[in-house]
Amino acid sequence: MTGRDGGEAGLPRITFDKVEKSYGSTLVLPPLDLTLEDGEFTVLVGPSGCGKSTTLRILAGLETLSGGEIYFDDRPIGKLEPKERDIAMVFQDYALYPHMNIARNMSFALRLARAPKSRIDSEVNRVAEMLNIAHLLDRKPAELSGGQRQRVAMGRALVRDAGTFLFDEPLSNLDAKLRAKMRTELAEMRDTIDKNMVYVTHDQVEAMTLGDRIVVMNAGMIQQQGTAEELFANPVNRFVAGFIGSPSMNFLAGEITADRVQGQGFDLPLPPGLAERAGARAVEVGIRPSSIVLEGGAPIQLRVIVSEYLGAQSVLVTRCGNVDVLAEIASVDRIPSGQTRDFGVRTEEIMLFDRATGARI
Amino acid sequence: MLANANRLTPYLFLLPAVAVMVVALLYPIGYMIWASFLDWNPSQRIGEADFVGLRNYFNLLGDAAFHESLWVTVKFAVLVVGIEMVLGVGLALLLDRELRGMTLLRTVFILPMMIAPIVVGLIWRYMYHPTVGTFNRILDSLGLPTAPWLSDGDWAFASVVIADIWQWTPFIFILSLAALQSLPKSAMEAARIDGATGWQLIWHIKIPLMMPVLIVTCLLRLIDAFKVLEVVLVLTNGGPGLSTEILALRISRTASEFRELGYAAAMSNVLLILLLILTLAMFLYTKITEARAARVRAAIEEG
Repeated sequence: MTGRDGGEAGLPRITFDKVEKSYGSTLVLPPLDLTLEDGEFTVLVGPSGCGKSTTLRILAGLETLSGGEIYFDDRPIGKLEPKERDIAMVFQDYALYPHMNIARNMSFALRLARAPKSRIDSEVNRVAEMLNIAHLLDRKPAELSGGQRQRVAMGRALVRDAGTFLFDEPLSNLDAKLRAKMRTELAEMRDTIDKNMVYVTHDQVEAMTLGDRIVVMNAGMIQQQGTAEELFANPVNRFVAGFIGSPSMNFLAGEITADRVQGQGFDLPLPPGLAERAGARAVEVGIRPSSIVLEGGAPIQLRVIVSEYLGAQSVLVTRCGNVDVLAEIASVDRIPSGQTRDFGVRTEEIMLFDRATGARI
Repeated sequence: MLANANRLTPYLFLLPAVAVMVVALLYPIGYMIWASFLDWNPSQRIGEADFVGLRNYFNLLGDAAFHESLWVTVKFAVLVVGIEMVLGVGLALLLDRELRGMTLLRTVFILPMMIAPIVVGLIWRYMYHPTVGTFNRILDSLGLPTAPWLSDGDWAFASVVIADIWQWTPFIFILSLAALQSLPKSAMEAARIDGATGWQLIWHIKIPLMMPVLIVTCLLRLIDAFKVLEVVLVLTNGGPGLSTEILALRISRTASEFRELGYAAAMSNVLLILLLILTLAMFLYTKITEARAARVRAAIEEG
């Protein structure tokens, strides 16, 4: 019905070409270039107000472009109505139609397209089976729990059989346990359903677990894009380093002297080459909580403020000079609060950032 | 002792309101019901009037003028409320957008509602005037035949309907607009992505979601339209003939011109019963929606 062959061949490559958005004289999205390969699960991630939702809504056609163009393969779509873009969308608040039962919610698009009744029924039933919501088809949205509504919203998008799926923070209204469960199901769906998927979230855990490609945004700008591993191992700047990874990276102000970096309460050797690249300048030293160990590594003295026991791992909130430093260590012994003791830092994992620009050195 | 006093406190606070209700509402209604069983003219005190039982009501059954009034009232109410609903909701759908000057436009739209009904009647009477009225002068200057706005029965009824529509469409407009603006934005966006055109959005999403507000608005307007008096009184005083004599006017004339207070009271009671039915319909509707909401809540707590 949609006129696509199915499979990768039918999915468009989505290109943002200097896409811009402003409200009146306020520029909310400076020119943005981005290419999403066909069949990819792309996650736009960033703090609230970073422009990720606006980007998604522009792609959906719910917001107009103030400049630039979006291409599906070579076809410009920036002026098309949402319905002409072959997209389906899952909203943060699910956006179900309150007056229709679940079956009618899911079949709305097909009914508008005047699809034959037999096809509507079979599609709705197929998707409802897949998402385990077949027993809810007669109910109204108000009679469902949050998790069930979430599934229905997914189901409504899936029934569409559109080429591109857009997700606008679909899990953020769920409680933590349900969110983890739905995240797993989404990851499963990603592998079984061959579609373009663009997913917006502020939660870096969702981004890391779901995205083939993660696009980190801040203040309307793309900071970096890549796989979860690339972003974690090789952040290009302080923002990405601090945003990706949980608990997040520690930053300490320091100065480079010869092949060491020093600051309040620490004096650490640097791996070969890094000090030369940095030269003599003011830096921020980035140390991941997981780079701090109890045995071995370059010595550093930290005062333990709080010990958060999480089971196999503990997160220690410690203080170095007057800066809080998080350390993630195996819970071998309970480390009492208030104690100052020696820790080790795996120096090969230390990152340096320019203190003025935030760029990775 | 103290616990007892605490339980009674709310009623103590309600007492003034209850007292006002009894004096201002229940007493006159009781008086009216009692009067409807009497053959009573204004020169008598109520105690001197003869008790005639249900005779006033039996007389109403056979009173052609009363039947005509009732019919005019029902025709009037259904017609004006129907047209006002279509226009009011239509305007709200049109004006539910962010445009420059929209706030001002909305204010202008609701002006007619703020004018006292008597004044509305006067304004329209001048505009309907056969020789110097706005409408006939416009028709005349265009070389068209003028219309007997208030002097022909059918025209007079239409004129009264137009004036009422002019005055009360804004009421439906502002309530519909408020309803529209409180609709969930994302459901509308979802519908656009699902492929709904502007009209489909209105039919399948907006109107059904506005329905609870629209039903209550419609009933409120019906209740009001059944009681309309001032505008008609000033415009036509019920004429020509009985063509615009709505029930409220008939009642007031029965009491003041025909000097039959008991008979007027019986008519008032019939009107009251009509309005009660409408009001009960409204209560029933809210009760049903509340019961449904309660069932939904129960279903969620179970599941």
